[in-house]
Amino acid sequence: MSSRDQILKSIRNQVVASVDHPGLAGDWIRYDDRVAHFATVLAAVGGAAHVVDTAEEIVAVLSKVPAFAQASKIVSLCEQISGNVDFVAIDDPHALEDVDFAVLPAQFAVAENGAVWVDDAVVKHRVIYFIPQHLSFIVRSPADAADAIVDNMHLAYERISLGEPQFGAFVSGPSKTADIEQSLVIGAHGARSLNVFFLRQ
Amino acid sequence: MKTAEHPEQAAKFVANDERAHWHDQALWFVREKRDRMAVSLPEWEQLRSAASQIKLHTVSRLADYLEQFEQNATKLGAVVHWARDSEEHNQIVLSLLQKTGAKRVVKSKSMLTEECHLNPFLEEQGIEVVDTDLGERIVQMRKETPSHIVLPAIHIKKEEVSETFHEHLQTEAGNNDPNYLTEAARNHLREKFLAADVGITGVNFAIAETGGLVVCTNEGNADLGVSLPKMHIACMGIEKLIPHASDLSVFLRLLARSATGQPITTYSSHFHGPLPGGELHIILVDNGRSNLMGSEQFRNSLKCIRCGACMNTCPVYRRSGGHSYGTTVPGPIGSILAPSRDSKAHKSLPFACTLCGSCTDVCPVKIDLHHELLEWRGEIRQRGQLPMSKTVPMKLTSWMMRSPWLFRWVGAIGKFCLRHLPRWAIYHGLNPWGKQREMPESPKESFRELYQIHESKKASDE
Ligand code: SF4
Repeated sequence: MSSRDQILKSIRNQVVASVDHPGLAGDWIRYDDRVAHFATVLAAVGGAAHVVDTAEEIVAVLSKVPAFAQASKIVSLCEQISGNVDFVAIDDPHALEDVDFAVLPAQFAVAENGAVWVDDAVVKHRVIYFIPQHLSFIVRSPADAADAIVDNMHLAYERISLGEPQFGAFVSGPSKTADIEQSLVIGAHGARSLNVFFLRQ
Repeated sequence: MKTAEHPEQAAKFVANDERAHWHDQALWFVREKRDRMAVSLPEWEQLRSAASQIKLHTVSRLADYLEQFEQNATKLGAVVHWARDSEEHNQIVLSLLQKTGAKRVVKSKSMLTEECHLNPFLEEQGIEVVDTDLGERIVQMRKETPSHIVLPAIHIKKEEVSETFHEHLQTEAGNNDPNYLTEAARNHLREKFLAADVGITGVNFAIAETGGLVVCTNEGNADLGVSLPKMHIACMGIEKLIPHASDLSVFLRLLARSATGQPITTYSSHFHGPLPGGELHIILVDNGRSNLMGSEQFRNSLKCIRCGACMNTCPVYRRSGGHSYGTTVPGPIGSILAPSRDSKAHKSLPFACTLCGSCTDVCPVKIDLHHELLEWRGEIRQRGQLPMSKTVPMKLTSWMMRSPWLFRWVGAIGKFCLRHLPRWAIYHGLNPWGKQREMPESPKESFRELYQIHESKKASDE
C-alpha cells in the first residue's frame, strides 16, 4: 500500500465524532473612518499612508523620500510614475537584485491590520514584492479612498478569488524582525520602507 | 535513549538568576503585546470559538479534505507527496534535491522540518541548508536549536549574537547594536537567496477547497527564498489543513495577534501552484498525527496553529527556557505533543506545569492545554512511568489522608517543626519546596483547632 493510502486509511480508522463547520457570519469590527484607521495601523507597523488626487502629488511625496530621490534603479509598474528598468524585458528574476525602489499596484487595503492585497496577475516576477530595498504601492480608488479599504479580513476574502494558478499576498508595512533581544528592526530581508498611496483618479 | 528530565535541565537554566529573569521579562513583554491586541477586538472570543470549531470540523473529516486538497493542488500544477514519518519526509526532500542536482538550499521557518531533523540529514549528504529566518540563522550558526517556535533565539543575548556574527560574518567586535547586526545578516542572507538552487518553506495553512498554501513571515524570507529559485518544496503536517479560503480570515486575524501582538504578519503569502515555469512540491507528513486523532482527550492538540502564545504566558516556560524541554516544540503544547510520541522519554514534561491555566486562556484555538497536561499525568502514572520521587510521597500522602488521627498528628508535628526547628533542619536537599522559596509561616492553631475554639465560644455565648 502506498504511503498515501496508508495515511488516509489510518485517519479513516480513527473514530472521530463529526463536528459542523461554524460558518463565518459574525458581527465583525467596522470603523467609522476606514482611511484614518488604516493610516494609524500602517504607521504603527512602520509604513505610511497618503491620500492623493493626482500622480504629481505622488511624485511630490516620493521626491521628499531620500530612498527614492537617491535611487538609481527604479521599477515602476504604475503608469503614473516613471521608472528606469524595463521590467517586462527581464527574464531572470535574479537580475532584480539591485533594485532600489519599486512602485507597484495593489488591489485594495484592509483597515484592521494595515495590509494591502497584491497578486502576480500583472507582475511577471513576484520577487519584485520582496527584493527591492524600498517599496510603494498605489491603490486606485477613483471616488473615495475609503472605497478601496475594507474593514476586516472577512470582507477582504470576499473580494479575493483564489483557486486559479496565482500568487497573492497581504503585505502590512515594511519587512521587520525582532529576533535580537526583541528589539524591533525595520528592513529584515524585504523592503526597508513602505508607502501606500490611495489615488483618487 | 534516556532523555534528560525537565527539572534537571531547568535547574541549569535558573542557576543563572539574572538571565532567567531577563528571559522571563522578554516573554512577558510579548504576552502583554498580545493582550493589547486581543482587547482591541470586541469579537476576540467569537474568533477563538470559530477557529476552534473550524479546526475540529476539519479533523473530523480530515481524510476527505486531504484528498480534496491533493486534487486541487495537483490541478494547479503542484506535486503532492505523502510521508508517513520523518524518514520518509527527509527521503522525499533529498530525492527532489538530487533530481535537480541542487547543492544549496534556503529554508524558512518550519517546525516540521525541525521535528524531522531535516538539516543534519541533508548536510550529511553534502547539501548546504541555510535557515533564513534571522533567529533561526543565529541558532544555526551557534549550532543550537530554536528554544521557541516563533522566537527561535529568544534565549540569546545581543552580546552573544554579536560574538557569533563577529566569528561568522566578520562584523565589528563588540558592536551589539541590533540594527547593525540585522543589517549584517541581511547582506549575508541576500547572497544565500541569490545563490540558492531550491527554497524550502513550512506551511501555516493549506486550503482544501483551492489547493493553495499560506505562509506567514515578518521578514519576507520565505518569499525571497521561493521566488528566485525554480523549485519550491513546502513541508506540512497533515493538521495544517483548513476547508475554505474564507476560513483564513479567522486564522489570520488570530495568528499574529496571539504570536507577537501584531495585527497581522508583514507578509501573508498565498501560493496557488508553482512559479511560472517552476515546480511546487508539497509534502504531507503524518509522523504520529493520525494516532492522536483517535484519542478523545488529545485530539484537541491537533488544532494548534503554532502561535507560541502558550509559551509566552507559561510561568514555567518563562523561567526554565525552551531548551529545558528537550523537544522541538517546547512549552505547554510541546509537553502534550512530545509524550504522545514517546511518553517514557518525555514523562517529566506534563509535570513541568503549575496547572495555572494561563495557556488555556490565551490559546487562540481554545485548546484546553492544562486539562490535557493533567490527563497526561494520569496516563503516565497508569503506564507505570512515574519516578519513585513522585510515587512514594503520593502513596504516603494517600495513606495519611485516609486516617483522620494520623492526619491530625502529622499536621501537628509539621507545625511544631516549622515553628521550632532551626533553618538548617528545614531547608535542605530533602525539602525541594524550600529550594528557592520560604516555607509558609506556621500558625499557632490548625484550622480544626480554630474551628473548635470558635464553636465552643459560640456555645458559651448562647
Ligand atoms: S497550543 Fe494554542 S497557544 Fe500554544 S502554540 Fe498552539 S495555538 Fe498557540
